[in-house]
This record gives sequence, C-alpha cells and structure tokens, in this order.
Amino acid sequence: MRYGTHDVLTGVSFSANRGEVLALLGPNGAGKTTTIEILEGFRMRSAGEVQVLGRDPAHGDEAWRARIGVVLQSWRDHVRWRVRELLAYLGRFYTPFSTPDQPRPWDVDELLEVVGLTAHANQKIKSLSGGQRRRLDVAIGIVGRPELVFLDEPTAGFDPHARREFHELIHRLADFESSTIVLTTHDLAEAERVADRILVLADGAIIADGSAEELARQMATPAEVRWVQAGERHLHAVTTGDATEFVRRLLATDGGEVTELEVKGASLEDTYLALVNRIESGQQAPGHQAPGRDGVPAGGEGARS
Amino acid sequence: MTTTTTAERHRPDPRAAAVRAGLARGLIEVRQSLTAPGDLIWYFFFPLAFAVVLVFMRGSTVPGTDFALGAMVLPSIVGMSIAFGGLVGAASTLAVEREDGTLLRAKATPNGMLGYLVGKIVNYTLTTLFSLVILVIPAWTVRHDLVMDARSWLVLLGIFVLGMIATVPIGTALGSLMTSSSQTGLLLLGSMLLIAPSGIFYPITALPVWLQWVGQAFPFYWLGLGARSALLPDSLAVVEIGESWRTGEMVAVLGLWAVAGLVLAPILLRRMARRESGSSVAERREKWLTRGM
Repeated sequence: MRYGTHDVLTGVSFSANRGEVLALLGPNGAGKTTTIEILEGFRMRSAGEVQVLGRDPAHGDEAWRARIGVVLQSWRDHVRWRVRELLAYLGRFYTPFSTPDQPRPWDVDELLEVVGLTAHANQKIKSLSGGQRRRLDVAIGIVGRPELVFLDEPTAGFDPHARREFHELIHRLADFESSTIVLTTHDLAEAERVADRILVLADGAIIADGSAEELARQMATPAEVRWVQAGERHLHAVTTGDATEFVRRLLATDGGEVTELEVKGASLEDTYLALVNRIESGQQAPGHQAPGRDGVPAGGEGARS
Repeated sequence: MTTTTTAERHRPDPRAAAVRAGLARGLIEVRQSLTAPGDLIWYFFFPLAFAVVLVFMRGSTVPGTDFALGAMVLPSIVGMSIAFGGLVGAASTLAVEREDGTLLRAKATPNGMLGYLVGKIVNYTLTTLFSLVILVIPAWTVRHDLVMDARSWLVLLGIFVLGMIATVPIGTALGSLMTSSSQTGLLLLGSMLLIAPSGIFYPITALPVWLQWVGQAFPFYWLGLGARSALLPDSLAVVEIGESWRTGEMVAVLGLWAVAGLVLAPILLRRMARRESGSSVAERREKWLTRGM
C-alpha cells in the first residue's frame, strides 16, 4: 500500500481462521486502519495479494458484502431514527442472502438483547449515551449475521465499565456465533483480553504474530533486577535468561549487605512499549518481515478466512 | 458462497429487497421530517413568502392586464418549490449525510446504496408534495383568478414529475461534488439569487434581455412557466417571452437538465462513494469538530 512515494504498508502478511479473534495492535500511524480498510474493500491497495472469504475485497460483490460485518466508528448518522427501526431497516437488505446454515438477518429483538439495548429499542438514536451508541454500532455491524466482522478501534473513548462489557460481547460473538473477528486497537491490555491472536503492527509491517504468551516469548526483552545494597537502591536491566548469572555475580561481590532483591521478567506491556519506542526512534524492528502462515506468501498483504 | 440450488431458487432478489427497504426508508424519513420543527420551517417557507407577497401586491396587476399580480405569483412559487425541493434538498441531504457517515453505512450494507437512493427519491417526492399542499392555504384567497380544471391538474402533475426528474439527479450530482456540508449554504444562496431573473415575482419580460437569458438557463424559470401555463388563463401568456407558454421549449430545457443529471449523478455518486471509508468520515468529523459548530 503506497501513498505517493511512501510505502505505508510494506510487510503485512497474515491469515485469520474461522471463529478466531484477531487483534491488530500498534501505535497510531502504524497502518492498522489502512490494513482493515483494504480488507473491508473500502480502500484500494497499490500492490500485494488479499483474499477475504475467498475473494479479493477490491472486487467483492454484494453477496460477498452480505457475509461481512463492518463496525464503523460512530458519528452522528441516522440520529433521527429509533434504535429498533434502524436495525430492522438494515436487516432487510440481508434477507435475500439467508442460507439454511446461516439464517439472515438477526432477529431484531434477539439482537437488541445480545447488545443490551432492549430497554432503549424505541429511543431515538441521538438520545443514546456514548456507550449505548457504540453498542448500536456493533449491532448494526452484525445484524446480517456476518461470518467475518471488522472493528476499527472499537473501544476508543470507552470508560472501563463499557470496555469490559464490550469485551464480553466480542467473546459472545466469537463463541456462540463462530464469527471471525478482526479488530484494531492500540491498547495492549485489550488485545490480550479479547484476542486469540495478536498481530503487532508498527511502521507498516507486522513485527510480531501470536498469542499473548507467544508474543512475550518472541519479543525477547530485558528482565529487571532491583536490589538494595548497603542502604542504596539499584536497578539493572538484563536480557532474559541472563538474570541468574547477574544475580550470582551480584551476591558474590563484596559491596555491602543486600537487603532487598527482586528479579522481574518484563511484562508484555513493557515489551510492547519498548518496541513502540524503538520503532518511533527509527530503529529497525527485529524480524521486520513476519513469516507467512497457512500458505499465504510473506511479503504481500494477505488475509484469509 | 456455497449454497444449495434449492435455496438459490427460493431466495428473493437482493435488489428487489433493497428497493423495498428503500421505500420503507423513504416513508420513515418523511415521518421524521414532518415531525421535526427545523424541517417544518423549511416546508412553510414558500407558503409564508407567498402570503407576505400577497399582502404587498394587493391592488397590483400584471402589467398591461387587469389580472391580479398575486395570482400570477402563486403558480410561479409552485414551480419554484419543486425546483428547490429537488435541487437544494437533494444536494444538501447528500452533503450532510456523507459527512455524518450515513452514506458509509449504506456502502457497508449489501445493495445499501440502491436502498438509500430509492429512499431519497420517495423522501423528496413526498416532502415536496407536502410543501405544495401547504401552498393551498394562502392560495385560497386568489382561487377565483386561477384556472382549475382537469387539464390544469394534469399539467401540474406533469410539471411535478418532470421537475423532480430534472432537479433531483442534478442536485445529487452537485451534492456529490461538495466536500463539506457548509457548502450547501452557498447552493441555497445561489438558488435564492436565481429567483430574481426567473420571473417568479414579476414577469421576466420586465428584465433586461441578458438577465432573461440567465433565468432561462436554469430549471427555476421553466418550472415556474410550466406551472403558470397550468393555472393561469391563456390570455396571461402575453407577458411571457414570445407571448407564449412555450411548452415545447420547457420540456426540452427541463429534459436537458434531466439528461445531464441522470448522466452525471451516477458517475459522481459512484466516484464519491468509492472514496468513502471509515478514515475519510473520521477526518471530516475532526474538521467538523474544530469548526466549533
């Protein structure tokens, strides 16, 4: 993907499997939105190969569109409509795409229940709170019972409570509807909580790919050793695995009595922040090109479901 | 998509479903519009303007005749309302709904754009009709001067349909070209200015010739002329250009606008829709918020 002479996405290769929750994690400007808009078919790419539900999103037809749910960032559209009215209206478009194993659209009352808007069904949309409006956006995105749902920064501006509720909704979608979910976030804690797999995107390339645990292992970063020796506080960052050796040497020295000692492995958050820092200060990230998975060639932009 | 052929056969046509959804959308929007104070002010604008005009024109006659000037203005305003409802209405809703993300939602829905457009056509048609019906109230005072037989109603209906076809597509095209909803104010202003050379409140023949040409280039004049031909006695044609209702020319000019609109609108609309994405809507939201409205 290129804007002018600047390549915005250079090494984005990944695939998503059915029922998987995939988080695209990265700092602002990393290319998350660009990636997701290419997958949604809303943005044309300059190069690379993309397959979404077996089709190139640049040439996706309406039947393809019916199998995809897009949760847009809300704004102030349809403010005069009532909640139930809008969901019923949008659902009508999906009826012809109903199949025996994938009945469409979602029953409006049931959907309202799922997103917790039953009490607000007859309210005008402009009277909804921010969190309620966001849940309506999700309801709109999934009203056609999509096999694949895209969410771009779904919890931006949420308070912790709304965020928690939203995460539960994502789990419910993935578990009970077996929808594949691709979401973007710059919040690592959120990615850890909701995603089966996290793709870390920085500077237009995927620099890490895996579950939260795999990521922590993949991205080898320092552990911290803190100690108090002769009444003085010390801190030393070491590469993981070398901490034992460092502590051994520390205790062997004769620098005074060690009264406190702590060895702490870097959390994924530390790792992520260190990584974002490194990217932003212009250094090359380790493993700039992530390996291709499930037969999608590395180097192109690939996504399969 | 893997489906059995039987399911395929029983499935309703997606485009037909979208058209039906669009009809429902139109009716819902009309209901919303007719219960919104802001919109109602707009619908009452021309009837009110006409009522004011009637007060000021008491005793005035169309030059060279003893026909009440107010009675000439009524059909002109009918034509004007059609042009405004179609052109300004279509352009401004499109610009606003593009900015607020409505169009992007339509784009994210299968055949959503088709449903959206059908909804808009229903919406403009019914709301413009509504504003015409309100005109009946002030028009009651000049009813004895007007010709109201089967022919006038038929011609009016024709003018209405032709007027909508001539203005809604071109309004949609203009709306697709706008980059911000604030530009609809300019379109409204321009249309207001066009009232002057369009022979709405005074016969166009009283204007300098070059202004007459300006007026005749736009649908406003021709829709007014058409409505006058429907509601005024034939003797009133003497104050028109060429002392005739020029029905043939009217159909030709409005037809040209319709063709231009029908050719341009889908191209511009498609171009605009293609560029819509989450980030382009987010960008406009930023602009809108910093504008401090």
